[in-house]
Amino acid sequence: MTNDPLILEAPSAPKRTRLEELWRLFKQNRLAIIGLFIFVLFFITAILGAVLTSGHDPVFDPSLIRLQEKLLPPLSRPHGGALSPEETPTFGLYLFGTDDLGRDVFSRMLQGAWVSLTVGFVAVGISVMVGIFMGGMAGYFGERHLRWDHISGVGILFAAGILLTTGNVWTSLGVFAVGCVFLGFFIVMKPPQRFGFTTGWLRKNAVSVDTLIMRLVDIMLCFPSFFLILTVVALLPASMYNIMIIIGLTSWMGTTRFVRAEFLSLREQDFVTAARALGIGNFRIIFRHMMPNAIAPVLVSSTIGIATAILTEAGLSFLGFGVPPPHATWGNILSGGKGFIFDAPWLTFIPGIAILIVVLCFNLFGEGLRDALNPKLRER
Amino acid sequence: MEADTAHSNDTLLSVADLKVYFGGQDPVARAVDGVNFDVHTGETVCLVGESGCGKTVTALAVLGLVPIPPGKVVSGKIRFRDTDLLTLREETLQHIRGNQISMVFQEPLTALNPVFTIGDQIMEAIQVHEKAAENERRSRCIQLLQDVGIPSPRARLKDYPHQLSGGQRQRVMIAMALACRPALIIADEPTTALDVTVQAQILNLMKSIQNTAAMSVLYITHDLGVVSTVADRVYIMYAGLIVEQGTRDQVFQAPKHPYTRGLLASLPTRGKRGKRLYSIPGTVPNPAFKPKGCPFHPRCASALPECSVSFPKMCDYGESHLSRCPPLYNQEKHE
Repeated sequence: MTNDPLILEAPSAPKRTRLEELWRLFKQNRLAIIGLFIFVLFFITAILGAVLTSGHDPVFDPSLIRLQEKLLPPLSRPHGGALSPEETPTFGLYLFGTDDLGRDVFSRMLQGAWVSLTVGFVAVGISVMVGIFMGGMAGYFGERHLRWDHISGVGILFAAGILLTTGNVWTSLGVFAVGCVFLGFFIVMKPPQRFGFTTGWLRKNAVSVDTLIMRLVDIMLCFPSFFLILTVVALLPASMYNIMIIIGLTSWMGTTRFVRAEFLSLREQDFVTAARALGIGNFRIIFRHMMPNAIAPVLVSSTIGIATAILTEAGLSFLGFGVPPPHATWGNILSGGKGFIFDAPWLTFIPGIAILIVVLCFNLFGEGLRDALNPKLRER
Repeated sequence: MEADTAHSNDTLLSVADLKVYFGGQDPVARAVDGVNFDVHTGETVCLVGESGCGKTVTALAVLGLVPIPPGKVVSGKIRFRDTDLLTLREETLQHIRGNQISMVFQEPLTALNPVFTIGDQIMEAIQVHEKAAENERRSRCIQLLQDVGIPSPRARLKDYPHQLSGGQRQRVMIAMALACRPALIIADEPTTALDVTVQAQILNLMKSIQNTAAMSVLYITHDLGVVSTVADRVYIMYAGLIVEQGTRDQVFQAPKHPYTRGLLASLPTRGKRGKRLYSIPGTVPNPAFKPKGCPFHPRCASALPECSVSFPKMCDYGESHLSRCPPLYNQEKHE
């Protein structure tokens, strides 16, 4: 209808999607490409490792003990005859040598790679999710205030939870009911408007959401996180999943700060107002409209976070607090090898160098990604 | 069409005594300070004023989008059809925004989300209010883009905002605003960021859409050129107040407020070629420190002593032409 001939066709700029543009910039950084390459290699190794070392009759058996073959150096062949056929290592040689129990270090490294990979990704996944949620809330709803009635209501419910853990089931149920009634009264009924009386300080603003979340971040950052993790691990049963969750829940603060900072500037932009003017709800705006704009620094920090999580897990395993022993991780191979550092240096060097390379490649990859996502460099 | 004349007496939106203040403590910035205006069905209304006179805040207040911690709607009524928008809950407002009242923004580049394709954004606008199937949304989106005059709309769906020209972006914004066939579009300086030829295209587009869909449009602008081409009725705003209102011809042919006269005198026209262009001395007062009496008196060439004392009332010149300048009114009555 209004297709009048005056409308000029926009000069079609070379059409690149964001990903292509990103790849073009990323390619220029050689170290980052090396990082990416090793990252992919590590990923494939870890997945293959998980497949090849698990099951009833694994191709590489990480827990097969051959006491007569202990502390063999890398690339050595097994002493012929002493081993039954199913005990001979795959390829007929010990690629990375054997440890003090005659277990094949190569198989154990493969198994440990999977642990490192999953711990890294799951822990960072948890921390990024928590961080994005908290940062998004702080950045978007930061100006809103919580009132004393909300806080005291939640406080009562919290007290009920604590009572429950100490075993006073009936008291806690009672307190819980009181908390629900309290919250219900103040939030749903809105007493001042409805009944015409004021409840004084309870209706006053206590803290802003921003203050609440950011001070929580400050408090979390005050703890020396490694010792916090050690304490929690000591209290909980040792398992890979607990470790992932704990590392995740103690490392979300950086992401929160990033996301909040991004949101503070995004919130003022027109497209957010435009989205609201279209009648889009707050949470949809936060997670669908603003988050994709804020995700770049989070991506970068999470690649580096994966490296940190792998290091933390290795450290925990080294100290004996990590994944429980029969399962091999790079940290406990290292830890087991430290007693033989002069007799069998490969037992410490191989996992140590593996950790070094993986952490380094994640950092290089992360920095390359940061440079590629930097809008100032994109101008060129 | 029919709607234009038959229903022109239906008041679609009626804003009464709207006051929006900013800042909680002592120097309260009275950005909007008692604004009254009406928009009838099928009508184009212009809200005109200098930067900082509260036009945009008024528009945002209608949609309930004034940022609430610094800002505060102190009093007033905003009746849309039969409901007062100020009393509605946020959830109910969300159903009205975009669905019945939508907004076109000034800067089409920043008002589009840079990380989504325009197809995604228009479809999102449809999806929020109507549970339409993917296919239907896509075809409506293509239809909308065609309606706003974007060539090869099917291919353009996958474009990102930065791949479009300024005029095309504004067309996309209009398409988004139209997505749910709203009864009222608020256009906040929709053509300010565009050059003059594109400006004319966009205004014609808005006009033609308005004629086919019997929509009302509330233009917020400082551009009297735009006003003279599109407006049915005009409200002149100054320092958070409506100082003059009337039909386009009344305001342009026989302005009754010194501020309106100043604005019209400062337009470059053929007759003034070679002469120095008139400009109103001074600037808009800081909304936190408005002068006592008539807010315009420090800049007014014909100010009387009483102007700095008493707050001016609206004076009725008949035929819905009102002006907030009693001295001028009295003077004209005596003549």
